[in-house]
Amino acid sequence: MMNIQSGTPKAPTRYTTERPICIAVMAMGGQGGGVLADWIVELAESEGWHAQSTSVPGVAQRTGATIYYVEMLPPKGGRAPILSLMPAQGEVDVVLAAELMEAGRSILRGLVTPDRTTLIASTHRVYSTAEKEKPGDATADPAVVMDAADIAAKHTIAFDMEALANKNNSHISACLFGTLAASGTLPFERESFEAIIKAGGRGIEASLKAFGAAYEAAKQPPVPAAARPVLKRPGKHFAPLPASAGHPDLDALLARIREFPAPLHAMLFAGAKRLVDFQDPAYAGEYLGRVDTLHRLDVANGGAGKSFAFTAAAAKYVAVAMAYDDVIRVADLKTRSSRYDRVLRENSVGDGQIVYTTEYMHPRLEEVAGTMPAPLGRFLEFFPALFGFAFRKGRRVRSGTIHWFLMLYALAMLKPIRRTTLRHKREMAHLEKWLAVATAQLAKNYDVAVETINARRLVKGYSDTHARGESKFDRVIGAVPALAARADGADWMRRLRDAALLDEKGIALDGALKTIATL
Amino acid sequence: MAERSFAREVQDLKLGEGEEFRGEGILAITKALLQSGVSYVGGYQGAPISHLMDVLADAKDVLDELGVHFENSASEAAAAATLAASVNYPIRGAVTFKAPVGINVASDAIANLASGGVTGGALIIIGEDYGEGSSIMQERSHPFAMKSQIWLLDPRPNLPTIVKMVEDGFELSEVSHTPVMLEVRIRACHVHGRFMTKDNKKPDFTLRQALENPRRDTERVVLPPASYLHEREKIEQRWPAAVKFIKERKLNEFFGPETADVGIVVQGGMYNSVMRSLQQLGLADVYGETSVPIYCLNVTYPLIDDEVAVFAANKKAILVVEEGQPEFIEQALNTILRRRDIQTKICGKDVLPMAGEYTPQVVTKGIKGFLELHEKNLLGNSPPPPDASAVLADPKIKELAKTVPPRPPSFCVGCPERPIFAAMKLIQQELGPHQIAGDIGCHLFASLPPFNIGATTMGYGLGPASSSAFNVKADKKPISVIGDGGFWHNGLSTSIANAVYNKQNQVIMVVDNFYSAATGGQDIPSSRAVNPARATNNTIVKAVKGVGARWVRHTDRTYDVGWMRDTLRKALRSKESGPKVIVASSECMLNKQRRVKPLFQKAVRDGERRVRERFGVDEDVCTGDHACIRLSGCPSLSVKHTDDPLKDDPVAAIDNNCVGCGNCGEVSEAAVLCPSFYRADVIHNPSRWDRFLSDIRRSVIDYLQRRREAGRVAFAD
Repeated sequence: MMNIQSGTPKAPTRYTTERPICIAVMAMGGQGGGVLADWIVELAESEGWHAQSTSVPGVAQRTGATIYYVEMLPPKGGRAPILSLMPAQGEVDVVLAAELMEAGRSILRGLVTPDRTTLIASTHRVYSTAEKEKPGDATADPAVVMDAADIAAKHTIAFDMEALANKNNSHISACLFGTLAASGTLPFERESFEAIIKAGGRGIEASLKAFGAAYEAAKQPPVPAAARPVLKRPGKHFAPLPASAGHPDLDALLARIREFPAPLHAMLFAGAKRLVDFQDPAYAGEYLGRVDTLHRLDVANGGAGKSFAFTAAAAKYVAVAMAYDDVIRVADLKTRSSRYDRVLRENSVGDGQIVYTTEYMHPRLEEVAGTMPAPLGRFLEFFPALFGFAFRKGRRVRSGTIHWFLMLYALAMLKPIRRTTLRHKREMAHLEKWLAVATAQLAKNYDVAVETINARRLVKGYSDTHARGESKFDRVIGAVPALAARADGADWMRRLRDAALLDEKGIALDGALKTIATL
Repeated sequence: MAERSFAREVQDLKLGEGEEFRGEGILAITKALLQSGVSYVGGYQGAPISHLMDVLADAKDVLDELGVHFENSASEAAAAATLAASVNYPIRGAVTFKAPVGINVASDAIANLASGGVTGGALIIIGEDYGEGSSIMQERSHPFAMKSQIWLLDPRPNLPTIVKMVEDGFELSEVSHTPVMLEVRIRACHVHGRFMTKDNKKPDFTLRQALENPRRDTERVVLPPASYLHEREKIEQRWPAAVKFIKERKLNEFFGPETADVGIVVQGGMYNSVMRSLQQLGLADVYGETSVPIYCLNVTYPLIDDEVAVFAANKKAILVVEEGQPEFIEQALNTILRRRDIQTKICGKDVLPMAGEYTPQVVTKGIKGFLELHEKNLLGNSPPPPDASAVLADPKIKELAKTVPPRPPSFCVGCPERPIFAAMKLIQQELGPHQIAGDIGCHLFASLPPFNIGATTMGYGLGPASSSAFNVKADKKPISVIGDGGFWHNGLSTSIANAVYNKQNQVIMVVDNFYSAATGGQDIPSSRAVNPARATNNTIVKAVKGVGARWVRHTDRTYDVGWMRDTLRKALRSKESGPKVIVASSECMLNKQRRVKPLFQKAVRDGERRVRERFGVDEDVCTGDHACIRLSGCPSLSVKHTDDPLKDDPVAAIDNNCVGCGNCGEVSEAAVLCPSFYRADVIHNPSRWDRFLSDIRRSVIDYLQRRREAGRVAFAD
């Protein structure tokens, strides 16, 4: 196999500059990245080209990020090209990313460069464990990836290919293949691409449909950066304040909302709506009364200059606090017809199919006592040994059967006595205490007062989780007096809240509190 | 049954003379074995060589026809010991495993085999798991060849060369009476390429002939004085024979101009990377023409002194491109040249990094650095090599580095191991953190978020053994994890019997998912499937009790998180001496779904009554605390943003990939999380009784709902 050239050129030879087309597929295990790489290889070979693919699946095929790499070159006088087994920075012509953050990863790896690379990416998100395990919202900002793509890629084609695949009962690999065909980066006709799918085994029809849909979508002109639909959070839905709600009690609530400055209407309406749903119009009236009191204090403390930020925060979090999650609420939500319709929808229950739901509930003695009138509840809690045994096990509530449904239905019927229950008393005491702390700061440090209201975000969850949230909330509130004395107190309050949402036990929060102690 | 069927690939194994094979590298090697007249193949699965094992397991008819015996060895040690059949008989055999971990396990057998030497060709095919995608410690297999004096082939990563090296490797083994290792890197194992095939060959001398006409030779047994002779024989006879064969057959290759001032010595496996780098520097083309002479080592051990001397002579400097550390080849080249007093400068790890994968950027930088030092005029008018540094330096790209989350592998949707670690997390919340030893297998993913369980991993089947030192009086017991794969690999003796014998006061969690799951779902002795070729259904519980364990608890439903947590608590509080063994058995969901899903779909199509279970989250009940996710990490349990203005944080959501394993419900029940989870049982093709019952229930429920909703005062949505 000696391949020694005769003659030894001292000066470097000028070589042909032919180079392969280099394609990297960024995917997660289970997304069909291998299928896509195989299709691309088969496509090139069907056109008489040389193609080579490699991958490093290993354990990454268990849902981890992985990469497939293809190089292809037209034949030249029967000579086999020497192709690389891994992508080189700056040398990749096409990156196909089966998820948005994987597109981001390809940019970080230097595989996307402005002189060469067409970046084809699905904009849908599959959240990583690191993003979804945090108690707050740790989902990565998709706009950062799109902004980076603008800088790194020569050309970007990005849209939600997962949704398109689902719509066509197919897989994202078919959509990526369709987009690759439309991108014009490979000198092959659409028919050649389709022929490869047709030569495959299963799901040919669906794959072709998904391929075609993606092909068309990719041919649409790209969306300018300013008008991109990928935003971190979908907007919140604020229903417009109706002229009339068709019931005198509700109309009275609307009238009271209208007495507030207009910018507050949307949130107040959302709050009132939730509390009518939670309890009754009178309870919503109570809510508006509380917010009204707070608003007056807001006005008195120069809130107008701050766009009534205090009232705005209170409109949201007083509603959240008053609509606490108790057994009655859960039973009510679980027995609604709208809930049944959602179950049908989310589980794609077809005609002629029957669905039953089983609820996983684990009411503890605390929850049961909380649902009793306050004195009785306290009695129960005082003698846990009496009844505690009954609540050690979880209950699987088959809510589609008549007797279990009736049980939940009956629990929801306790609404009229809710305001006498132990839980209600405790929630209201907690609320008053919190609002007292907040209003006490208004004159001293308006912004800290606002952040005291916003700290209510930390209270969420049920049972132990709820207790943990409340403990974090208490720790943050405990720092209020010290921070109110500082001009940057509100910034610290925000930092504390963000830290509290970083981990379950509040380790980051404790760290932040220690820092504050040293200020 | 492995998780992937290789029925189509088996057809490729039947290709004959002059036909073209197109496919994966590791399958090309499999075909090459059959073309070489191999009599037996053994091995232990593991990336990147699992497919070799899997395709042979599916190729029974092809193997039967050729008279090839194939075995799924219990471990790499068992595989290597199989090569004993080639010691006294002219029988070719091959074994395969991932490396270097597999060689670690097999080295006892390999060293003994190498000492006595072989008569028939003995090939050890190793998938070198190094660099990106590797799941093991970053080491080299190279020194195993050096210490046992066996030959190491490292072919250029293209199918024709790899196949040729398999064929030549057998001959090399036979002429030098030495086992031969064929090293293939991860990407080369998975590389798609093509080669022209030959007919498969039946072995000339069969295992049956050997068995019926046994031979022995005391000189081949590793026992003094023969063992002393073996060492001399290795150096005085086998080595020279190997060198002669390698030279004559030109196993190593020379490319480029015959004379030049500089040259590159490269491991065969790194050849394509070097060629790409030279191309980037304008010194080569894509078809292999190069201005820089290349000496390509398809055999990296032994080195051929004469070839090295010829290549180095009259050059100012040569660069050794050798991936991994230490730089054995570079050191050896120095010795060879110094002995012959050739003053060529040798570069290597001075311009290339000592550690880490040799990616194209790294190799290009190294070669450029080398040429700048020793032959600058070659770089004279070369184009700037492709480069992403300008992009990577952009502040917006740097911002991206903070945004893109890590995405390590994790438990699959519905994995039965998830509830085991959820229970372990819960028991630690209750009783405080514990010393927990991990093992090799999918269960090692527990060491990552959200479980963060497991402090060490000492090797396959060594989890409980690695807790041995903690057998002292204390208020807490150590916990060890071991999978069923590791259990049968060597855990039964090394970990379980060891713990029983030493009366270790530890809790052993045996994660039994019916397969060697991480390597692709191969059967093992305790697999529940009926495998006509193998004896399965040998239970772990019996085995554990058989070696003397007394405190043994078993569940066939790992999803029962409450049971799992309570049993862990009992084990941790038990006063009994010796190990407390919990065997947690449930089928690997990946394999189960592959098996069950088509059957389910067919039954539904055929009009049979079937119930599909799935989990859901009531988003209006969920408060977005994500406590459930911290006890799950299931890919299908994620979060979604809601448009509810009163909710700040995204709520939990379950996607359509949910297989209804039950973990979500069990966890929320055991950990008293929240009532937002529900299980939906969708009845396909309901019976008349189903429909009758449902009609009654729906009419009552509908009535009640209408009644309440009619009385409800609410703002319209």
